Amino acid sequence: MKIVIGLGSCGIASGGLKVKEEFEKLLSANPNAGAELAETGCMGMCYKEVNVEIIEDGGRSTIYGEVDAERAREIFENHVLGGKPVEDYVVRSSYGENEHDAFFNGQYRYVLDRCGKINPESIDEAIAAGAYRGAEKALKTMTPEEIIDEVLKSGLKGRGGAGFPTGQKWKFARAPKADQKYIICNADEGDPGAFMNRSVLEGDPHAVIEGLLIGGYAIGATEGYIYARAEYPLAIKRLKIAIAQAEERGYLGKNVMGTGFDFHLHIKEGAGAFVCGEETALIASIEGQRGMPRMRPPFPANRGLFGKPSNINNVETLAVVGRIIADGAEKYTTLGTEKSSGTKVFALAGKVKRGGLAEVPLGTTLRDVIYGIGGGTVSGKPLKAVQMGGPSGGCIPADLLDTPIDYDTLAATGAIMGSGGMIVMDEDNCMVDIARYFLTFIQSESCGKCTFCRIGTRRMLEILTRITKGEGQEGDIELLEELAMQIKRSSLCGLGQTAPNPVLSTIRYFRDEYEAHIRDKKCPAHQCKALIRYEIHEDKCVGCTVCARKCPVEAISGSAKKPHTIDQEKCIKCGICKSACRFDAITVD
Amino acid sequence: MCGKCCGKSEAYLKPFEDIMADFEGKESDLIPILQRIQAAYGYLPEDVIRELSERTGIFVTKIMGVATFYSQFRLEPIGEHTIRVCFGTACHVNGAEAIADALSDELKVPVGGTTPDGKFTLESVACLGCCSLAPVITIDDETYGRLTADKARDIIRDMYAKEGAK
Repeated sequence: MKIVIGLGSCGIASGGLKVKEEFEKLLSANPNAGAELAETGCMGMCYKEVNVEIIEDGGRSTIYGEVDAERAREIFENHVLGGKPVEDYVVRSSYGENEHDAFFNGQYRYVLDRCGKINPESIDEAIAAGAYRGAEKALKTMTPEEIIDEVLKSGLKGRGGAGFPTGQKWKFARAPKADQKYIICNADEGDPGAFMNRSVLEGDPHAVIEGLLIGGYAIGATEGYIYARAEYPLAIKRLKIAIAQAEERGYLGKNVMGTGFDFHLHIKEGAGAFVCGEETALIASIEGQRGMPRMRPPFPANRGLFGKPSNINNVETLAVVGRIIADGAEKYTTLGTEKSSGTKVFALAGKVKRGGLAEVPLGTTLRDVIYGIGGGTVSGKPLKAVQMGGPSGGCIPADLLDTPIDYDTLAATGAIMGSGGMIVMDEDNCMVDIARYFLTFIQSESCGKCTFCRIGTRRMLEILTRITKGEGQEGDIELLEELAMQIKRSSLCGLGQTAPNPVLSTIRYFRDEYEAHIRDKKCPAHQCKALIRYEIHEDKCVGCTVCARKCPVEAISGSAKKPHTIDQEKCIKCGICKSACRFDAITVD
Repeated sequence: MCGKCCGKSEAYLKPFEDIMADFEGKESDLIPILQRIQAAYGYLPEDVIRELSERTGIFVTKIMGVATFYSQFRLEPIGEHTIRVCFGTACHVNGAEAIADALSDELKVPVGGTTPDGKFTLESVACLGCCSLAPVITIDDETYGRLTADKARDIIRDMYAKEGAK
């Protein structure tokens, strides 16, 4: 029997290490239990962390959710020792159906195939599960041109957001003759609300290394870099382990797999700058400069890192390359749609019931992902919008949920595919506030090189802030639109060109909400503090004094068993009283 | 000239020397060197930056340009514990601001500040990537998820209770 603990960052944050410790203790106290402990990356069900899988000797699997030390003891006692699963905590089982099955049933795990199954720190498990098959085939039996052709045929597009055909990009980098070329993996996953790349790096680092190796061979680069976010210490740690193992086994280093091809891989840790996700800024950062984008052309394929031809791909793009080569391009084109082939991993989060990693074939509708896999909103309230593509993307309203997820259709809605963040919002979320949120982010991350991005986003933020404070004026919406168009047209890099998208898409679909803020001085979602008021209803208040005791600013007064009142002057609108009231006596308007 | 370091002797610069032994001092080493200095000293002390400039020939202005560009680097010492409030999208829609307000009020420092007793530094981060646990904060290496304003206050009170009076 095998006890497998999901130890991705989410799992660890939820207490996975304590669960592991508990199982270690139980196993050493019961040396004859006939079970071994193993760890893996993220199993995908982030909403049920900590996940523990029990694999019986016959191969039957049971996954438990929300495991803590106490549940670990119960599971050990009943299932590991007693052979009887603890039904109450089961989230997926080969013994029978389960309400959580829907989370997996709608998915097609191609990129995530090995994530949550193998031990990411064991190259043997990765190889046994198919890692480096593609690299062997590519380096031993194919010419670089054949590889590029195969990737072109697969229709794979860059999964970082822009969606440029990967084969095409490799072709451009293959073309120039140079004494040195570089291939770079962009693992600077900076979009707030996105964790797809982190999970792949933590769960299956060898897939990314394999992709870099194949790509390096295809374009003629003998040096590779992985530019990883410093906020992802576990991903970096596992990458380092994986690189050392790959070197030892001859998948990296001199004379890779006896083919005569040399390939060396380095990790560069980012230092916290969103703009470094842009390729020329990323290159500047590896070179030790401030991470500011530069004019293109020359494109990195001609003049990239240290002035040499370079190619940059996203983590998810590289992670699937090995499989495309191993399985053949045709298999990949059977997934997804004609124009958008393959699968895409989404980080489903926000106010969704079942949040986590969801990989679906392109062409799947938003509804299938959010309701089918995600189970709808956690509050049970109507879904209002889904935000896709992070600060460069936009909000898609509920009535467009039947939109299929592919590059062109999403772009037509004003959002973008983006790198895969999918944030669900319900009716309690204010769309003006969401726009202001993204602009705040963009404003502080603008590198400052282009005037329109640097100052334009600041002016937009000022306008949005004043709207959320109830100081909006007639003409503000039009002014926002005008500024947005100018920023889009006049910025050098993708960050600036897409910066106004969250504002434009919310104006497009939720203009009435902007107008309510500006004209009626009301926030329909009751979120903008300056526009709301908490009140206690005399007829419902029983004078239990809970709210008065919970109020952090002593704004609530009244004697016991008598209706209380809120001093509006003192109230900071934190909402603690409302959530503390058990009699629904406090309302917000 | 170099302020503290002359007074603080070799011992003060020992961590710096150890770090420099691992690098050639090329310009492309600058960010990793600064990361290591920050890890050793807790921040980027001015005298160490000057020493780095002397050693590598990279101008102080250039080093400062890099140090102030990236949000990871800090030029001031930090508190004993660092609280990071996640402001990722998932945390935002689940009430990150209320958590930050509560912590700020409890500690009586603004986000970005350090408590006068040097115990806590309150910071915000763009996204910690544990979106399904939103809203999330980390205190040093420990992550606290699914918070409410009340729970956040309790965590601080518990820490003060454990580690001595305010």
